[in-house]
Formats: sequence, C-alpha cells, structure tokens
Amino acid sequence: MRAPEAILPLRAEGLRFSAGGVGVLQGIDLAIEAGRPTLVIGPNGAGKSVLLRLLHGLLAPTSGRVAWDGPAPDPRRHQAMVFQRPVLLRRSVLANLRYPLALAGLDRAEQDARAAEALALVGLAPLADRPARRLSGGEQQRLALARAAALRPEVLFLDEPCASLDPAATRAVEETLQALAARGTKLVMTTHDLGQARRLAGDIAFLHRGRLLEHAPAARFFASPATAEAAAFLRGELVW
Amino acid sequence: MASLPGMNDLTSALGQALGLVAGGDAALGHIVLLSLRVSLTAVGLAALVGLPLGALLAVARFPGRGGVVVALNALMGLPPVVAGLLIYILLSRSGPLGSLGLLFTPTAMVIAQALLIAPILAALTRQVLEAMWEEYAEQLRSFGAGPWRAVPTLLWDGRFALLTVLLAGFGRASAEVGAVMIVGGNIEGFTRVMTTAIALETSKGDLPLALALGLVLMAIVLTVNALAQGLRDLAARQAG
Repeated sequence: MRAPEAILPLRAEGLRFSAGGVGVLQGIDLAIEAGRPTLVIGPNGAGKSVLLRLLHGLLAPTSGRVAWDGPAPDPRRHQAMVFQRPVLLRRSVLANLRYPLALAGLDRAEQDARAAEALALVGLAPLADRPARRLSGGEQQRLALARAAALRPEVLFLDEPCASLDPAATRAVEETLQALAARGTKLVMTTHDLGQARRLAGDIAFLHRGRLLEHAPAARFFASPATAEAAAFLRGELVW
Repeated sequence: MASLPGMNDLTSALGQALGLVAGGDAALGHIVLLSLRVSLTAVGLAALVGLPLGALLAVARFPGRGGVVVALNALMGLPPVVAGLLIYILLSRSGPLGSLGLLFTPTAMVIAQALLIAPILAALTRQVLEAMWEEYAEQLRSFGAGPWRAVPTLLWDGRFALLTVLLAGFGRASAEVGAVMIVGGNIEGFTRVMTTAIALETSKGDLPLALALGLVLMAIVLTVNALAQGLRDLAARQAG
C-alpha cells in the first residue's frame, strides 16, 4: 500500500525541550499520518515553532524522541521546511532554487527541470533571473515555498509561513499549499490565523503552554473542542 | 646646519613632483609598478589563507574558539616592523629558510606583507560572515548542509562584502613601510617601493621625488576607497 520511499507515519514520544532551564515543551506524544494537512495551533509561546523544529530535526529534544516509522532509510532526505521569515541566498531566484537540489545530488538537467516546475507552481517564472532578495515579501515567501517544493518532500514543515504577509500574498501562498497537498505532500504547519487553520487543516494539534491538549480531526475540533482552553482560544479570548 | 624648507621650497618641490608624475618618469614608474605587484600578490596569497580561515571560524563552534577570535583580532594590529623582523629571521642566511636566498628580494616582501594582512583578512571575513551565518544556519541545516558545505556558500554569498575586505587588506599592505624595508632592503631598481622610497628620499632631502611618490600613493589609496564605497553600494542594490 505505502510507497517504499515513504517516511510517514511520524511519531513523537514524550518530547520535552528546555532552553536555559525553561521548559518549552513538557512531554508531547503525537502521531502524524499521511493525508490532509496537520495544523499546529495555540497561543503565542505555546511551543509551536519549537515542536516543528524538533520534528524536522533542527533541534534535539531534551528527552523523548522523534521516530519516522515508514520504510525509507534516510528520512532527512524526504522533508523540507519553510520558515516564517524566508531565508533567501544572495543570488538569483533560479540559483536559490538550484542550491538545495545540487546539495541533494541532482544533475544540472534535473535541477533545471525541477526549478522550472517550481517557478510555474508559484507563478514566479518571469522573475527567474532577478536577485532573490530584491523580491517583495510575498514573492520571497513564494520562492521559499517553491524551493522547498522542488525537493519533492514527502513532508513539508511550515512555520507561520504567512505571518508577515498581506492578505493577497497570504492567499497566493495558501493556493500553492492546497496544490501541494492535493499532489500528496503532507503539510505540517503552524499558524496563529484561525481562519487559515479552518481553510487548510485536515487535523488540528492544539498546543497550550508546552502541552498537547488536543489532536483531532479539524471538523470535530472546531465544532466541539474537548478542553476549556481550546474552547476559549477558539472564542478569541486571551489565552496563554 | 640644515634649515627647514620654506614655503618657496615646498611650492617648487610640489611643482617638480607634479612634473615627474605628469612626465611619466621611468624610475618613478618602476617603483610604482613594483609596489603594486608586491602588494597585490601579497593580498592574493593572504586571501587564499585568510578568507577560508575566517569563514570556517564564522561557522565552527569548538572549545577555545573565543580565544582564537581574540588572538586573530589582536594580530590585526601586528606592527609591520615585527612582521618584517619575523620574516627576516626566517629568511636570513643562518635562518631556517636561509638556503632559499630570498632575503632582499621582492618575494620576501610579498611574504612579509602576506603575513601582515592574512590575520586582517581572516578577522574581517569572520565578522562579515558570522552575521550572515546567523541568518543562514537553520535553513542550510534544513537542506542538509553542514558547516563544511556552508563555508563556500558563505564565501560566495558574501562576495561583495569580502571584496571590500580585500581592498582594506590592499590598503594596509600598500601603505606599510616597516616590513618591506626590513626584508626588501630598499635596493634601487630591485626592491625599492613607494613607501621605502619616500622614507629614503625624505631623509636625503630629495623632496620632489618623495612628494611625487606620496601623491601617487594618495591617489591609489583614494581610488581604493572609492572602489570600496562603490562595491558597498552595488552590494546593497544586489543583495538587499
């Protein structure tokens, strides 16, 4: 049933993380399956970004572990991440797209084919030769998204990818995300925008003060949250 | 008893100096060309060592790194006469490299200036690239690039800033007198460069030639600084 290259499902077991003696995550158990996007939501400081970095392997947990249960031998090669502030190299748009593809060992022809496809996906093809850091904020984030998509990851982590974008740019990014999800890419994404979570999510992981209070299908979570904290958060009350 | 040159002497010396420059005096031209050759070669050699070393220091984290950075910053202030003395000891007949017969040759001057500016290039490179690494580190690790792979990436992405670092090194090399005096010996037509010639001609009282050389040296330094400014502007436009 599952492709031999698959790395999902992803399992976090007893994930704890402290920085400078302060506990950021207090023991997270979470299973993420292939399928529609998983949205990680919760108040500021709940530990959403840290959880994503632990799952992606950018941070090492203080205790607990992250396990990829799929058969693929090297899970790192099948994931990518897009950050809140896009980190673009001081090169052209095209060179930015090629960089991770070259690192992944693809030959030049394959790099160019994937770069062209990714540019078309986000609608930046006319800007291929422009210096990447001269693009607008929305274009920069779309480029970062295209760059991650060109790697054809099975799992794509996104940390508040629209947090600093205007509504038009947010919409463009969301359309690309929908296209990627339809293509079978598993999105694991944080957001503080509840509307965005409703539009994109297959399931919701609700974090609160470093704990995972709920993990449920999006429809059920939004209709009848199981915890008082989640209910308050959905009502727009100040929760922290 | 020698008297200080009066205003008339100074004016006539300046006039003769301008005549020497405008007339393309052969001895003057030879001195200027040798100066440029020695200092440019020294910058090239120092860059081969200093730039990768600075980049590595920007990305590497190891015990004692702080001490290395402090030592490198201190070496930026290495007095040219001390650099000259060290190379003199190495290259003198009884020294460990005496059999090479390099003392009092342009090659010895290149080595001394390279020793003088390599720490400057390394320290400035570290400063420039460390800030860039702070921005890039997470994204590059997400791509699977470790510190070793990051070094060429940072060197390329920092290319405009690093050109100004090279120009700073060239400015220092072309203006110093102590090191080339000691290991070159200021031999006319062979190891005499602008700074040593100015020192000698001034002490001999040949002010026109000293002034002419001083004017050329000033022009070169001004040009270098204008270039540095232009490059900074270009970098700002390119990289954003």
